[in-house]
Amino acid sequence: MKMTFPHLGNTYISIKPMLNELGIECVIPPFNNKRALELGTRHVPEMACLPLKINIGNYIQAYELGADTILMAGGCGPCRFGYYCEMHREILRDAGYNMEIITLEFANGNFNRLASVVHRLTGSTALLKVPSLVGQIAKTARRVDELEMLSFKIRARELEHGAVDRFYRDFREKALKVTSFKEISNLLDETGELMRSIKQDQKSAPLRVGIVGEIYTGIDQFASFNIQEKLGTLGVEVDRKVTVSNWIIEHIVKKSLHLHRDMAYAEAAKPWLGAMIGGHAQETIGNTVLYASNNYDGVIQIFPFSCMPEIVAESILPDIERELGIPVLTLIIDEMTGEAGYLTRVEAFIDMLESRRKNQKYEGGWSLSWN
Amino acid sequence: MRADGHYLGIDVGSVSTNLVLTDLDGNMVKKLYLRTSGQPIKSLMEGLKEIAGAHRSPLIAAAGATGSGRGLAGVIAGADVVKNEITAHAVAAQRIVPGVKTILEIGGQDSKIIILRNGVVYDFAMNTVCAAGTGSFLDRQAARLGVPIEEFGDLALRSGSPVRIAGRCAVFAESDMIHKQQSGHSNEDIVKGLCEALVRNYLSNLAKGKELSEPVVFQGGVAANKGIAAAFEKALGVRVIIPEDHAVMGAYGAALIARQARLADKTFLTKFTGFEALNRIYSTTSRECNGCTNLCEIVELLSDGVVEARWGDRCGKWSSSTVAKTSISDRQLYAMQK
Repeated sequence: MKMTFPHLGNTYISIKPMLNELGIECVIPPFNNKRALELGTRHVPEMACLPLKINIGNYIQAYELGADTILMAGGCGPCRFGYYCEMHREILRDAGYNMEIITLEFANGNFNRLASVVHRLTGSTALLKVPSLVGQIAKTARRVDELEMLSFKIRARELEHGAVDRFYRDFREKALKVTSFKEISNLLDETGELMRSIKQDQKSAPLRVGIVGEIYTGIDQFASFNIQEKLGTLGVEVDRKVTVSNWIIEHIVKKSLHLHRDMAYAEAAKPWLGAMIGGHAQETIGNTVLYASNNYDGVIQIFPFSCMPEIVAESILPDIERELGIPVLTLIIDEMTGEAGYLTRVEAFIDMLESRRKNQKYEGGWSLSWN
Repeated sequence: MRADGHYLGIDVGSVSTNLVLTDLDGNMVKKLYLRTSGQPIKSLMEGLKEIAGAHRSPLIAAAGATGSGRGLAGVIAGADVVKNEITAHAVAAQRIVPGVKTILEIGGQDSKIIILRNGVVYDFAMNTVCAAGTGSFLDRQAARLGVPIEEFGDLALRSGSPVRIAGRCAVFAESDMIHKQQSGHSNEDIVKGLCEALVRNYLSNLAKGKELSEPVVFQGGVAANKGIAAAFEKALGVRVIIPEDHAVMGAYGAALIARQARLADKTFLTKFTGFEALNRIYSTTSRECNGCTNLCEIVELLSDGVVEARWGDRCGKWSSSTVAKTSISDRQLYAMQK
């Protein structure tokens, strides 16, 4: 058995050591790329969302590298994601790829199903490892996300252009070859040190922009046209609350163990969206409100074309924009999206934030920032 | 700097390539509106040649580039500032109509709305999904009806009872127009109906939820179309100001931004080499980089067969490999000789 799994940003960094420690051979698909998207678009119904298309592309590219089994997370949130596994299974079968799909589901804290999956894959001895593995995955994912957040901070201030990108790219490449949690921990230490050694402009107070929206397009570099790197290169400090570790810890571990969860976003969203309506809509609304109250300069919402929860959030955002005075730019992505037009909008948005900040300094006076 | 220095603004768009020359105070002294015809390099060269000829190669204090071809124009002409169209249009409109609060801009392939408050851009939107209502669509419809695009607007104004055209999508709008023609409506009524449909589409796509306060400025190539302007006034119920130089506002904005960059920096040296570029032959090639799984499309700009710039890569391997070595040092040398 050779197991593969779909890409979601840096998730592979936590999944690969887990499979290694369970003694399962694994094939990581090539990083998300145009060919994966083309393959996905060929086999997936047009109106399905972008993440599904890229997932299928990942599987086919992994299949070409010898993978025969897929590990995929399931879910029961009211969004199409919950049905992805079934879709994947049917689409791959129709397209003639003979692959088995194993779904990891934690619905209602039901760890029995998870245990039976692990038992089947590895034999009974490995079962005892499960609690410690979940802990290690969560810890690794959190550290990977912390490294990414560090890169957001330093990239906006780096004096040598491209230094963060170089270290971060190296890190992602090296992480492909890591076999244990111990190794990845060392690699994280090493990369963190390298990044902190980059010379920074200590005086600069960069613009601060929060990223909200659907999780896949928010997290994945390819699916968002590297927006976070681009903003950083423009000297903007990016922040994002929706992360892989957050998803694992808050939505999977804590929810299934009925532990107290951090619901600050839901509290903040209440006046505008009082209920969980699926996907990350409530997070989008809540985090936008939180960014506004933390004096961020702007918010960028990203979601794949036809994503229902985010469409609802998009229609609420103009009210928040007006009442709390925080500018919001919405970017919708699918395989037809042209990168040039997208970049023009991002650039213009950043120009706008800059001039708004300058204008604020004169306390809303009539000073023109031009001429 | 000689007292007769100028600022140059270049706007390479999908349909037109525009150049604007201003004096040192930022007043427009020359404007050029050329058709891009899918050949941005050629039209840019023509524009530069005309400016060089008419003004005996004026001394350029600083140059700015904008438009969808801004990257290309920036490299060829050696622009000091490369800015997006939204910022450029806002700067130009504020200079022509001080205190402007709403800018409607319709270009060849995209349309934008820009909202200003207290003299800064406060909000903006750009069409995302559909090109209905942009210049190239109008161009096509004019050609199909056999009406020169310059007379399109006048034709609309002669209509007594416009027909209702489905303007949501360019393809459906066209088939609806054909349907209306087949059922015997006159060209005037169809053209006016089209103008109104496009304005409806524009407002529902871009202006949704935005407060459009006066003064309202309408610019971009399509502002020449009286039919569209009239439809805007009807739909918004306000007077719409159309600047005399509406078609070249992007280029004007780029010149003004270049001027601002120069004035802000005492040690400013322009990188402009546009008139030198006239003696070179430019071409582009593209290929796929196989360095990693991103498979970026790398574009190479060659001048006289030598690679002058590369772009299109995500990692910076190619785009950083040429600029530092050849063009920048060349240009700085050139600027110092001046």
